[in-house]
Amino acid sequence: MTTSTKESGAAAPAGSGPFLSVRDLYVRFKTEDGVVKAVDGLSFDLERGKTLGIVGESGSGKSVTNLTVLGLHNPMFTSIEGEIVLDGQELITAREAELEKVRGNKAAMIFQDPLTALSPYYTVGRQIAEPFWKHTGASKKAAWDRAVEMLGKVGIPNPKERAKDYPHQFSGGMRQRAMIAMALVCDPDLLIADEPTTALDVTVQAQILDLLKNLQQEFGSAIIFITHDLGVIADMADDIMVMYAGGAVERGTVDEVLRSPQHPYTWGLLNSMPRLDSDLDTPLAPIPGAPPSLLRPPSGCRFHPRCAFQGEVGGARCVDELPLLPAGRGGACHLTAEQKQTIFVEQIKPRLR
Amino acid sequence: MLRFLIRRTLGAAVILFLLSIVAFLLFFGMPRDPGLLMCGKTCTPANLANIHHVLGLDKSIPEQYWVFLHNLVLGSNGFDQGPCPAPCFGYSYHTNEAVWGTLMDRLPTTVSLTLGAAVCFLFVGLGTGMLSAWKRGTLVDKTVTAGAMVLSSMQIYFLGPLALAALVYQSHLFDKPAYNDFTANPASWFSGLIIPWVILSTIFASQYTRMARSSMIEQLQEEHVRTARAKGMSRKYVFFRYAWRGSLIPIVTIFGIDLGSLLGGAIITEYTFGLPGLGKLAVESVFFSDLPLLLGVMLFSAAMILLFNIIVDACYAFIDPRVRLS
Repeated sequence: MTTSTKESGAAAPAGSGPFLSVRDLYVRFKTEDGVVKAVDGLSFDLERGKTLGIVGESGSGKSVTNLTVLGLHNPMFTSIEGEIVLDGQELITAREAELEKVRGNKAAMIFQDPLTALSPYYTVGRQIAEPFWKHTGASKKAAWDRAVEMLGKVGIPNPKERAKDYPHQFSGGMRQRAMIAMALVCDPDLLIADEPTTALDVTVQAQILDLLKNLQQEFGSAIIFITHDLGVIADMADDIMVMYAGGAVERGTVDEVLRSPQHPYTWGLLNSMPRLDSDLDTPLAPIPGAPPSLLRPPSGCRFHPRCAFQGEVGGARCVDELPLLPAGRGGACHLTAEQKQTIFVEQIKPRLR
Repeated sequence: MLRFLIRRTLGAAVILFLLSIVAFLLFFGMPRDPGLLMCGKTCTPANLANIHHVLGLDKSIPEQYWVFLHNLVLGSNGFDQGPCPAPCFGYSYHTNEAVWGTLMDRLPTTVSLTLGAAVCFLFVGLGTGMLSAWKRGTLVDKTVTAGAMVLSSMQIYFLGPLALAALVYQSHLFDKPAYNDFTANPASWFSGLIIPWVILSTIFASQYTRMARSSMIEQLQEEHVRTARAKGMSRKYVFFRYAWRGSLIPIVTIFGIDLGSLLGGAIITEYTFGLPGLGKLAVESVFFSDLPLLLGVMLFSAAMILLFNIIVDACYAFIDPRVRLS
């Protein structure tokens, strides 16, 4: 197994802080209709070798956050504030040339739809080889061999021949495997998987998840796993961050968040998940209302217009005051810990069985 | 690929055949009698009948069409003017010259005009369009876009005489446009055609500028382009390898159509600069109700357009592997 050479971090040596640290991140898009507050004051950390699951509805800022980590937004229409430190290197203020050395090398990304995310014009082998020769300075021949090796690693039979194929000659699952091979070709320390299994059918999905877990053990990468599927998260992640309307509303370990969720939105997500063993007559319980427009997000708690429990808080706190997310385990909600406990045990938990 | 080419060539032949029928019928719908035009001032009914007989116009239309097709495919020795090998369009009513020979005489002018202008407008158009896409939103982009807008609303018959007046007759900076044989004197070939090239490509380039810009911008928003950026490829690499590759298809399509129709004759340009090409010939043939010449020019132009259509479709296979294999 060849190992890639890495650019050493520009600032502090690795290990002095969390491997990836995002602090007070604000991402705003200028559009014709106004400014979209896509990410609104988000902070989180990720340690080496761990998997962070980010859950939330479409438009909650999951993908935007992670594209920001790699600096993939068009600066012409985007304003970004805050701090993103990857292994001691500040990324928001980094120059484009520096970012190019990070992308695909130290931090790589797997996208949702492998058909549109791979170029139809180049062979799979070439597309996997490109980042390798770019980042390691290897010859094209060596990079091609490495691409073939990676295709074999992700379980593509006859990789030597298949590397010469174009993406449209691959099946959906194979394309996603090729995409994973492409992301891992330079041994990244951070792998961002943006709904990598959403476009695949369930059996293939399970294979891809297994593959990712095995590769994580082999490569020791940290993974950010974005999904809206709590079942997948339970399987993959160590920690969970629940996002709503551009901010984190709850975080904790997988067990904590799935067994004793602390935020009405998380309750809603768990409630709206269909279960194989549930009574056929029990209707699904979707969260009422629709995700808010990020052009004009609601005041106070972003979730209050859809929240069934704001009466319990009393007064207009939910409308006026943005609840803070405590560091570490917790949920951003004005309900007291006792209230949450009572509501969850009495109203939510029975419905989850 | 071979099967594709054969299939498309046969298809093109069918289209040309149908087109020739339509053209033939349309000609006889015209209010002018070509016999009268040739008959001159002292025209008697006997003279006219004689001319009609010589031209074959006294036969029925299907019969005339049959003769036309027969001559076209097999050639003919039945003309007074001399033998007419296939492809035989007969002899011009007006000049009495073999139509095929006339076409071949006029072709070099049109080919020179077209190729020179095509090189010019392709490079200038793509260059400015891609520059504009690269610098999207900046002053450069806005200037290029505005300039392209102005030029694309210009007309050759306006710009042409203006250029002639300013560059040739007033300042004598350039030679008067003319067609000189390339093999005889390349320098005068070049200097005679430079103004027509520039004027013709000014009009065309602006289309390419706008198309290259918009299709590059569209391609740059493709997900696979974002993937390429996400794996660390530089902006330049992604622009020229990934986005460029995808934007080639619309550009090649339009370029093929433009090249084909220009090779059939750039009527306005040839008229404006007095260049004896196929476009000018087409107008003359209509003017003199010259059926053989008219059919010749028209079918030749149509064949050019069809030919370039086939070339374009064959090019797709080189550009897009998805086309190649399906």
